[in-house]
Amino acid sequence: MMKRDQCLKILARGIGEDDIVVPVYQAAFEWMLIRPSDLNYVTTGAMGQASSHALGLALAFPGRRVLVIDGDGSLLMNLGALITCAEQNPPNLYHFLGNNGVYEANGSHPLPGAGKTDFCALARAAGFPAAHRFADLGDFEAGLPAVLQAPGPVFVDLHVKQGESYPQDYTQLHSAERRARFKQAVNLTAAARP
Amino acid sequence: MTEALLGSAIIGALKHSGVGYVLAVPDITTSDGLLWPISRDPELKLVRVCKEDEAVSIAAGLSFADRRALVLIQNTGFFDSINALRVIACEYQLPICCMIGLQGKEPEVQPEASARYGVRIVPPLLDALGMEYHLVQTPGQVAVIGPAIEAAYITPKPVALLIGRSPLP
Repeated sequence: MMKRDQCLKILARGIGEDDIVVPVYQAAFEWMLIRPSDLNYVTTGAMGQASSHALGLALAFPGRRVLVIDGDGSLLMNLGALITCAEQNPPNLYHFLGNNGVYEANGSHPLPGAGKTDFCALARAAGFPAAHRFADLGDFEAGLPAVLQAPGPVFVDLHVKQGESYPQDYTQLHSAERRARFKQAVNLTAAARP
Repeated sequence: MTEALLGSAIIGALKHSGVGYVLAVPDITTSDGLLWPISRDPELKLVRVCKEDEAVSIAAGLSFADRRALVLIQNTGFFDSINALRVIACEYQLPICCMIGLQGKEPEVQPEASARYGVRIVPPLLDALGMEYHLVQTPGQVAVIGPAIEAAYITPKPVALLIGRSPLP
């Protein structure tokens, strides 16, 4: 089992500055501090919807990599999105799952099927060509470059537990200013960037 | 006799307003007249989704590149996607353009006067959400589609287009 923030720090080192990242809830609070960027798309609004926002972004910006950092509770609320994504087959979409077995944002109650659900199997059955599982930080760090070099859609099941405590600022998850900054940043071409 | 509502006219209005993506769950009101023709139209990219709230979120993602999309769903799907519409479309004021088939609505009546509970509650629910809507059930009403979509993306704000009778293919 990996500490989530340690896992996210490895992920942040492994991605590019032009990549779009769509994190949810506790992972979003941690990610905004670990990788501050206007290309963090955190205003997904409703639980479960991150992967669908990400699919829209992946279709809209085919030249950019789009990474979702989903939660297992969130994914369970939108499981059909795996099938929709696999059908669209976006080569630039990477679906990471923070798998901790609980609804962490809602009191840490256990998920139905916690510890039994095989999310990689679900992703493969939905049509994802690649699905990986990591439960050890060293393995994740070693395996991440190959995961990100392969064409998407790719599913990555990260077995995590809570790490350091990070502040929870829910206003950031609904911030109109963040949306405006994201739109400006994502539409800048590499050449126009300062 | 009322003149027929043509799917081709609706599709023409969508294309004219810059819609390139149609995100859909099949709706029996619009199946033959809209969704099947759209599925064969090379100028429109059809994304079939499993559940209607996915379509709301995909449209949101596309909107950041100003890619215009239509969420084509049934009134039952509208009910199912209200939480996503509540926050992503209405609270965030993103240009989510929904076309909602009113399954079972009597062709000559206004939605609010329908004998069908699932039809007549659609306008008051949209009112409660604060979401602008327009009825499209006559050929003349097709003219509202273009300005409604244009206003949604320019403002930006969400809009719903209620299909009150089955368009002919």
